[in-house]
Amino acid sequence: MTITVNDIEKSVNSALTTTIKKSEVKFNQLFIDVDVENLISVILFLKTNEKCKFRQLIDITAVDFPKNEKRFRLVYFLLSHENNLRILINTNINEKIKPPSITKIFPSANWMEREVFDMYGITFKDHPDLRRILTDYGFEGHPLRKDFPLTGHTEVRYSEVKKKVISEPVKLDQEYRNFDFESPWEGTKYLKEEVNKNKDKNK
Amino acid sequence: MAKQTKTMNLNFGPQHPAAHGVLRLILELDGEIVEKIDPHIGLLHRGTEKLIEHKTYTQAVPYFDRLDYVAPMNQEHAFALAIEKLLNIEVPIRGQFIRILFCEIGRILSHLLNITTQALDVGALTPSLWGFEERETLMTFYERVSGSRLHANYFRPGGVHKDLPRGLTDDIILFCDNFPKVIDDLETLLTDNRIFKQRNVDIGIVTKQEALDHSFSGVMLRGSGVAWDLRKSQPYECYRDFDFKIPIGKNGDCYDRYLCRMEEMRESVKIIKECIKKMPSGPVKSIDGKISPPKKEELKNSMEALIHHFKLFSEGFRVPKGEIYTAVEAPKGEFGVYLISDGTNKPYKCKIRAPGFSHLQAMDYLLKGHMLADVPAVLGSLDIVFGEVDR
Repeated sequence: MTITVNDIEKSVNSALTTTIKKSEVKFNQLFIDVDVENLISVILFLKTNEKCKFRQLIDITAVDFPKNEKRFRLVYFLLSHENNLRILINTNINEKIKPPSITKIFPSANWMEREVFDMYGITFKDHPDLRRILTDYGFEGHPLRKDFPLTGHTEVRYSEVKKKVISEPVKLDQEYRNFDFESPWEGTKYLKEEVNKNKDKNK
Repeated sequence: MAKQTKTMNLNFGPQHPAAHGVLRLILELDGEIVEKIDPHIGLLHRGTEKLIEHKTYTQAVPYFDRLDYVAPMNQEHAFALAIEKLLNIEVPIRGQFIRILFCEIGRILSHLLNITTQALDVGALTPSLWGFEERETLMTFYERVSGSRLHANYFRPGGVHKDLPRGLTDDIILFCDNFPKVIDDLETLLTDNRIFKQRNVDIGIVTKQEALDHSFSGVMLRGSGVAWDLRKSQPYECYRDFDFKIPIGKNGDCYDRYLCRMEEMRESVKIIKECIKKMPSGPVKSIDGKISPPKKEELKNSMEALIHHFKLFSEGFRVPKGEIYTAVEAPKGEFGVYLISDGTNKPYKCKIRAPGFSHLQAMDYLLKGHMLADVPAVLGSLDIVFGEVDR
């Protein structure tokens, strides 16, 4: 008998009733929301449970929502070969929380967590070797945060005077151009702002 | 008196011919035995994911060519599939066939490079000369269909950019007829070659369980005897209708992975042949004017087409709110795209899951206790391309 994504959803929900905040099936993939405190137990359950068998960790990533109170969303992708199913585990955290590392459960989480740390500045508890991974030696900041500029803060060049590669603040001859392509019928951003201002005045 | 031994640190790379790109390994050696490996990656990091967040969906496609630059179209495929699922559109059947055709060409491209450079790493020069000749032929197919040999930008959301030019299928068939002979020739050079076997058999063994634990995919997984191929298990496009086999290794060593790749090339040739034989006629991209650009001729006569063209290449199309993870079986393993759309014309978040990243991570555990000379051999069999590892 093949187990469908809905069966898994049911069994996960019945076994972990209290810990699963939300579950949803989209595009034949199961999305669940959990609290960060329950993360380890949920992942361990999904890996070891006889029915679920999500035995492969595909990836870990984070998403930045600067406006939310809990700014980051951590996403864990698991795959079950036996059931041919995928599950995505979401957990929302704020900047101060240190989520637990899952390197004990999946050794391959090591670099994935390092990448999340490098890109978003989320530090994982009990990680054996939390260093930057993709960015340059001595890099500062966390590039995939939404408040990090696309151009970055520093650039490197070879200095003829010092006879070595130096890094200095970015100097651009032209600002990065971010065009507003919204439909002219709906009004561009500055027009809308103008209209709203006038509305407020008329009130 | 007990002999005092001291481990030695060796810096391998970042510029090293056997590093397959810019990889820096900090090796801790006890004599010639590797005690610990610390790979330093990111020397080719270009911030692809950040750049994609600032580009429209159409503009983001070329970034995918620059990930695994050995088989560019397979990457574009994952991105295109993700967008199509969010938009809920269907690719016309001819478009799907063309995609499969070029995915398999990409697979041969990648495997040819990998096998021959793996041989080069262990001391055989000739295979790379023979293999690169074939790669050149395949890249001319890329060029004829998309205009460029490497960075194709050919798989667009909704289908493929253009229909196949006249005469291309005949040439591909001709290639398919001759290519198995080249694989045979390569096999005579390598498969029973004493040196090649001494360098690869029983080196870098991965068991089934370890392959799962370390998030391996693709040949790295199949070489260890796990029958898992996304083309079969989670078929996308119309792979379901094709008849092909999944070669599986037994011992999970470098040699088995080499054999798997050889066999996969033969299967790919079969798929290409079948694909051309069954190729239906019809449109190659979605006929929805809001997603795929109109024909050039229409631009001269139709106001509607002109507006669509202008809007598509300035504002681009909007993708409904949602999140999705799609994966394709790229030559190197599972290549996935996790896409979050906030309803605008640019992705809110685009995470690229590169197979090479988790493969390279396992270097330390794969090589512990091996000799220094095995480092390039194992590295070769991992099939690493830094474009995708560093992103």
